[in-house]
Amino acid sequence: MLDVLNFKKPEGTAERSVGKGQIKIEDVSITFGKGSAAHRAVETTSIDIQAGEFVCILGPSGCGKSTLLNAIAGYTPPTTGSVSVDDVEVTGPGPDRGMVFQQYSLLPWKTVYENVAFGPKMAGASRFGAGSVANTFLGLVGLKKFGDRYPAELSGGMQQRVGIARALANYPSVLLMDEPFGALDAQTRLMMQESLLDIWRNFGTTVVFITHDVDEAVFLADRVLIMSAAPGRIIEDVKVNLARPRSTDMATSPEYLEARQFCLETIRAESRKAFAEQNK
Amino acid sequence: MPLEEVQSKMPEMKVADPPAVSPSAPPADTPAPQVQLNLPGWATQGGIMLLSVLVGLVIWHMGSTQGWDIYLNFRNIPTPGEVFEATLGNIADPEFYVHIGVSIWRVMSSFVLAVLVGVPTGLLMARNRIARAALIPYIEIMRPIPAVAWIPLAILMWPTEESSIIFITFLGAFFPIVLNTINGAEQTPEVLLRATRSLGASRFAEFRHVVFPAALPSISAGLAVGMGVAWFSLLAGEIISGQYGIGYFTWDAYSMVRTPDIVLGMLVIGGLGTASTYGIRLLTRPMLKWQKRTR
Repeated sequence: MLDVLNFKKPEGTAERSVGKGQIKIEDVSITFGKGSAAHRAVETTSIDIQAGEFVCILGPSGCGKSTLLNAIAGYTPPTTGSVSVDDVEVTGPGPDRGMVFQQYSLLPWKTVYENVAFGPKMAGASRFGAGSVANTFLGLVGLKKFGDRYPAELSGGMQQRVGIARALANYPSVLLMDEPFGALDAQTRLMMQESLLDIWRNFGTTVVFITHDVDEAVFLADRVLIMSAAPGRIIEDVKVNLARPRSTDMATSPEYLEARQFCLETIRAESRKAFAEQNK
Repeated sequence: MPLEEVQSKMPEMKVADPPAVSPSAPPADTPAPQVQLNLPGWATQGGIMLLSVLVGLVIWHMGSTQGWDIYLNFRNIPTPGEVFEATLGNIADPEFYVHIGVSIWRVMSSFVLAVLVGVPTGLLMARNRIARAALIPYIEIMRPIPAVAWIPLAILMWPTEESSIIFITFLGAFFPIVLNTINGAEQTPEVLLRATRSLGASRFAEFRHVVFPAALPSISAGLAVGMGVAWFSLLAGEIISGQYGIGYFTWDAYSMVRTPDIVLGMLVIGGLGTASTYGIRLLTRPMLKWQKRTR
């Protein structure tokens, strides 16, 4: 399935992103609203993410982890500080940062094939060029046969695979994923995690992956950044020393269990603090 | 058709319906006579429609032949037979087709104008706050004004009778189209806009590939409503001014007391309105095929 990765770079698309995708988040804080209605979503945070790194941001729901991701994507401008990718400051969304959403983000009126070809087409690729990129990436996620279906005809897991193919079709240096498997059932989710790791290993793009699932974070990531309850800030930076390529049977290895245990305890302590705060 | 004949047919047709069994009756030992015919759904539907129309015709026929006057006065109403005769007479008259042709042309040109102006206006108003604030007062104030109320001003403002009729018809189609377009475009899912933005779509591409298709189901509903309203606005225009058109034909028949022609004119208007609304549905259906597959 992964032979398709030995493709040639189609015209009109960016250079394949080896060694690119370094993210610098400097003193970023994000506040919504003004005056008394102001609500701080992200507390002043600085993060450095290396090119090609797989980073999971883990935190309880509503802690501002999606907001932080949106700042990298360029949807939400930071109130203070700055975000830059490969030393270029982020000022808005762009095809260099591919985005995968939780669900229902494919254009329902376009076929699967048209959805994946959309990015290259916007980048100015010819119909033929965009088509061959679309086929390549549909092959990569194992959905070549489903090109002429509409998104609603596919299962949730298949739709998310199309979403990943669509984001990759622009050859982004960074792949931003906002709880992409959160709406899937447990088995599909496991399968998706494995195939995401496969794709990442071959594609080599930086991945920032948002999740509230500790197992998912530890299984996928090189680094797990744990966020506090709102207003969010990074309270732990956990290195996961698990060999690559990873497989599901590593879930019983001592390294895995140790990292998992640490994350769980940190989150539990944090939740307890937040709970006490709310009851004051 | 004599009533007795219809009545004698009724029990026969009723057999198609399942016999009403009272719920208290024990179903086991009293098997209801299952004379039920296994007609396909469309045949049953069609049968009921036909029957319903026949009953209506019979009531009409009896009302006008016997001169019913029970608050509603049927005395001056032509019988179905007379209307049928008038139809035969008019079908042979080339001028009748001129009336129909002129009306169709007016509705179509007004409707096309309304689509060309209404859809972009609606899209713009839904996605641009300045455009919305600038245009919404006009839309809100003018929308409830009925077509007939526009007639005096239309005659004063527009250079020819033809243009004032087209203007009035245009207004009728315009408002449902604009409002439905706004409504549809407002429901564009935010996540789709975000997704396309991060795929490198320009502002124009967002409209073309996201906002417009998202609004299409609502727009096509607006087109169907707009087509219906266009017809009755047209009639208002044609009744007051004009020398041709099916509205003029109907009104002229009233002034000349050719009552069968009044009814014929009304039926033609109804038929044309229904046919053109159906035509709109057929035209928009291919654009919505993704929706059908969704279900």
